[in-house]
Amino acid sequence: MSVIELANPSRFLALSGRALPWLAAATVLAFVVGIIQISFAPDDYQQGATVKIMFIHVPAAWLSIFGWLLMSTAALGTLVWRHPLADVAAKAAAPIGSAFTLMCLVTGSLWGRPMWGTYWVWDARLTSVLVLFLMYLGVLALWRTIEDPTQAARAAAVLTLVGAINVPIIKFSVDWWNTLHQPASVLRLGGSTIHPAILVPLIVMAIAFTLLFLTLHLAAMRNEIMRRRVRSMMMLQAAASSES
Amino acid sequence: MMHLGPHAAFIVTAYAAAIAIIAGLVAWIVLDQRHLARMLEEFEARGITRRSGRTDGQKW
Repeated sequence: MSVIELANPSRFLALSGRALPWLAAATVLAFVVGIIQISFAPDDYQQGATVKIMFIHVPAAWLSIFGWLLMSTAALGTLVWRHPLADVAAKAAAPIGSAFTLMCLVTGSLWGRPMWGTYWVWDARLTSVLVLFLMYLGVLALWRTIEDPTQAARAAAVLTLVGAINVPIIKFSVDWWNTLHQPASVLRLGGSTIHPAILVPLIVMAIAFTLLFLTLHLAAMRNEIMRRRVRSMMMLQAAASSES
Repeated sequence: MMHLGPHAAFIVTAYAAAIAIIAGLVAWIVLDQRHLARMLEEFEARGITRRSGRTDGQKW
């Protein structure tokens, strides 16, 4: 079976329909394991129990960027190959990515207040993530503004690829500028600086959140295909009523 | 019972916010799926099928 055949919407619906229950079950299982591990994870010697916020904040932050990278890859599919399933993948990822970015901002703010003494500071990391959130909202607005899905997909793809410039800025903001936000402590050259007793639950939660993202994305893609079918049928109905 | 220390309110609020955002996302996707499935069923019940319109090059 070729990639083009796999990317056929009907075939995608059949395959994703089979994969979705397994993916959902794996997500629930990963969260159960993660939550058990969090309950046994020790407090940080400096931050105390607030380190538990890290188990949701860090995966949300990773997935906010992952969502944009996924949309950027799909944008290439839209602009280069003009494949309608790439449009569907990009559109379905936008609300999910924005939700994870909101989660990152809210949990980070709630972690910042007891540790930094403030909910918010305009440092490079926090501001660049806020910009990411606003760009997600911009893409969502663009999808809603243009009625024709193909035209909307192209406009959203251009905006997504322009917005991808922000991804390395978010990642390296803590190295390029003097920020209140701490530098990278997991994905860094020289290895993680986190003790395994805290690192392992963090990785399990990151896997659980990633599975959740993929499950929701697959379900949202299926919805988007159905939405386009409804739109086609509405157009058929309108054409039939204008003829009669 | 897990001891969350002097900043328990911040930790609990952060987890509650995460649960609320995920629950909202799941609810939106499930409700959207039900709404779209119902619409497709209604169209098919009225005899409007997607395949009948595919001769004009429609992709969906």
